Amino acid sequence: MKLRLAHLYPKLMNIYGDRGNIICLRRRCEMRGIDFAVDDLEVGDRLDPAAYDMAFIGGAQDREQRRVADDLRETKAGPLAEAVEAGLPVLAVCGGYQLMGRYYREADGAELPGLGILDLWTVHPGAEAKRFIGNVVAEWDGTTLVGFENHGGRTHLGPNATPLAKVVRGFGNNGDDGWEGARYRNVFGTYLHGSLLPKNPLLADHLIRLALERQHGEAVSLAPLDDTVEQMAHAEAVRLATKRSIIRFGG
Amino acid sequence: MRRTAAVLAAKAAAFASRRLRAGGGTALPGLIAEKVDPGLVRGLSSQLGQGSILITGTNGKTTTARLVRSVVAAAGLRPVANSEGSNMMRGVAAALAEAATWEGRLSRRKKRIGVFEVDEATLPLVATAVRPRVVVFSNLFRDQLDRYGEVETVAALWRKTVAELPDDVTLCLNADDPAVASLRDSATGRVVLYGLDDVSQAAGPIEHAADARWCPRCCAELSHTAVFYGHIGHWRCDSCGYARPAPDVACVRVGVNEGGVVAEIRTPSSVVQARLALQGVYNVYNALATAAAGVALGLDDSRIEKGLASVTAAFGRQERLVVRGRDVQLILAKNPAGLNQVLRGLTSDDDQKNIALFLNDRLADGRDISWIWDADFERLTGHVGTLTVSGIRAWDMALRVKYAGIAESPRVIESTAGALAEAIERTPEGETLYVIPTYTAMLEARNILGKWAGRGAFWENQ
Repeated sequence: MKLRLAHLYPKLMNIYGDRGNIICLRRRCEMRGIDFAVDDLEVGDRLDPAAYDMAFIGGAQDREQRRVADDLRETKAGPLAEAVEAGLPVLAVCGGYQLMGRYYREADGAELPGLGILDLWTVHPGAEAKRFIGNVVAEWDGTTLVGFENHGGRTHLGPNATPLAKVVRGFGNNGDDGWEGARYRNVFGTYLHGSLLPKNPLLADHLIRLALERQHGEAVSLAPLDDTVEQMAHAEAVRLATKRSIIRFGG
Repeated sequence: MRRTAAVLAAKAAAFASRRLRAGGGTALPGLIAEKVDPGLVRGLSSQLGQGSILITGTNGKTTTARLVRSVVAAAGLRPVANSEGSNMMRGVAAALAEAATWEGRLSRRKKRIGVFEVDEATLPLVATAVRPRVVVFSNLFRDQLDRYGEVETVAALWRKTVAELPDDVTLCLNADDPAVASLRDSATGRVVLYGLDDVSQAAGPIEHAADARWCPRCCAELSHTAVFYGHIGHWRCDSCGYARPAPDVACVRVGVNEGGVVAEIRTPSSVVQARLALQGVYNVYNALATAAAGVALGLDDSRIEKGLASVTAAFGRQERLVVRGRDVQLILAKNPAGLNQVLRGLTSDDDQKNIALFLNDRLADGRDISWIWDADFERLTGHVGTLTVSGIRAWDMALRVKYAGIAESPRVIESTAGALAEAIERTPEGETLYVIPTYTAMLEARNILGKWAGRGAFWENQ
């Protein structure tokens, strides 16, 4: 078995430790005897919609995000949308998440068009507005997701995007409606760094399973791994966030 | 009256906090002094007969400040310095209050020079209050993004600060960091560029944790003929032609010394042999920044050479102690670029290393620990003897080393003292234990190790 992941813009979208998601997916595949290949797709590189089993895009600074937004539209928008409709699992974190939406309105009011794959839009309320920074705990699929958010933009979901998780601690999409992230088909958008997947192995395995099932057209069960360290890191993150954070509860 | 009250309050608080062992006596007294007299820093620093030098940047501030202090002392000047690493406005205030008489006057003013390391984001405030003669910039990397938001935010703040400095201020800029070298475009006065010319020190491809990958002028991707660490090296933009400027102060050859490096530094007037009791290419840059500062101040090259040679590690930066028959080396690592340098040092020979990693997420460490995933722990593969993991976010660190493939299930001990005791125990006698902490963990570890080694706590050891 083999999975091939498209890593979108690793040179531009890499600032908040999101590389850990790829390190995690690779290891959890290799531990199960699944080959894991990664193609780095940078500015100008074409995306073959049939070539990949997964895609990942991480967070970046606003300046880099502008360059990525241009390139996404020019070289990758069509094939990526096509692959998403065909069930491609995608993890999009922070800046990458915002670009999956319809647009990102920057602090100075300039509007950056997104891919419109996720029915959402993001508005940065201005340079003086508070950034949402801190540890996050959110309810997802009967369990929790833990991570760290650091974003100025406020994201609002339209009717065709489903919230990914419900905020227990932290701000989430916009600090108001209590939702964190978004889901459409097999696209998972989230604000969570940390890195996200190493501390949330259930989500990591969920993505791997979706990719394998899409490839094989049938249900797949993954061999269990010893996740003692992962579970301790997850539990500690929940405990520390719950104990310490100066919080606004989600609605 | 206000000044006197502020100075007295600061001195009293410094005394009290030392007695109570509450801390190094650095931040609190400054905070009190600035509260009582907001003009304190401006008033006292204006009495410094030789002016002030500010040192800022992501990595190397504390060590460079220590080297600069030594050089100006070798030149017969009397430095006033925030020598304990408290690098916000209150640290500068505390240092000045400490040096002042209770009436708010500095003694021996003529020979006094301020040597202040300054937090990257606090630079504009301190520069306005202190009115420096020289500002040294080391490098710019991702660090404490929970405080700064973005690396670009800091870069933009620096450009603005530099553009607003009076034209009698000299800037010392690292030619090898595009984000720092390009500050010359905003400079109003004299610039002294420093850089490493010896390409035999190049370390391979640009690291994952590199930040200045793009041309500061036209945003095209930079190419490199040599990368010394992170994104620091000989860079060039093939699109617009902007390239690393030729340094005025250059290290032309790096050699190995027992316990450190020898850097042959060419200044505009001669060649200085900098014999450092410090290791690693990043300390060559600290020496270069210091030599550039010496040139900016107009000091004699012989004083620069003498000053550089007489410096040992700043606290928590490559400090060595002997504890229970083991050598213990304490090496602060608080961001990916810095940690990668430490990892490179640990893997420079084939010995299996005994390592204790401490990860805290207090405010001074940075609340976001995601950065450990940007550091190249994979480098340690095959170099680990014993490994102990500790700190508030010990389990996150355990996860990082697990996924790096260097320890399936590392020993996790949450208490600092417990982890240190066991890490020392597990280190075979006669071998070295490398303790690698984030900032607040370093303060804790240093205190504990200091007691065990029979040396005092850090503020008695400057």
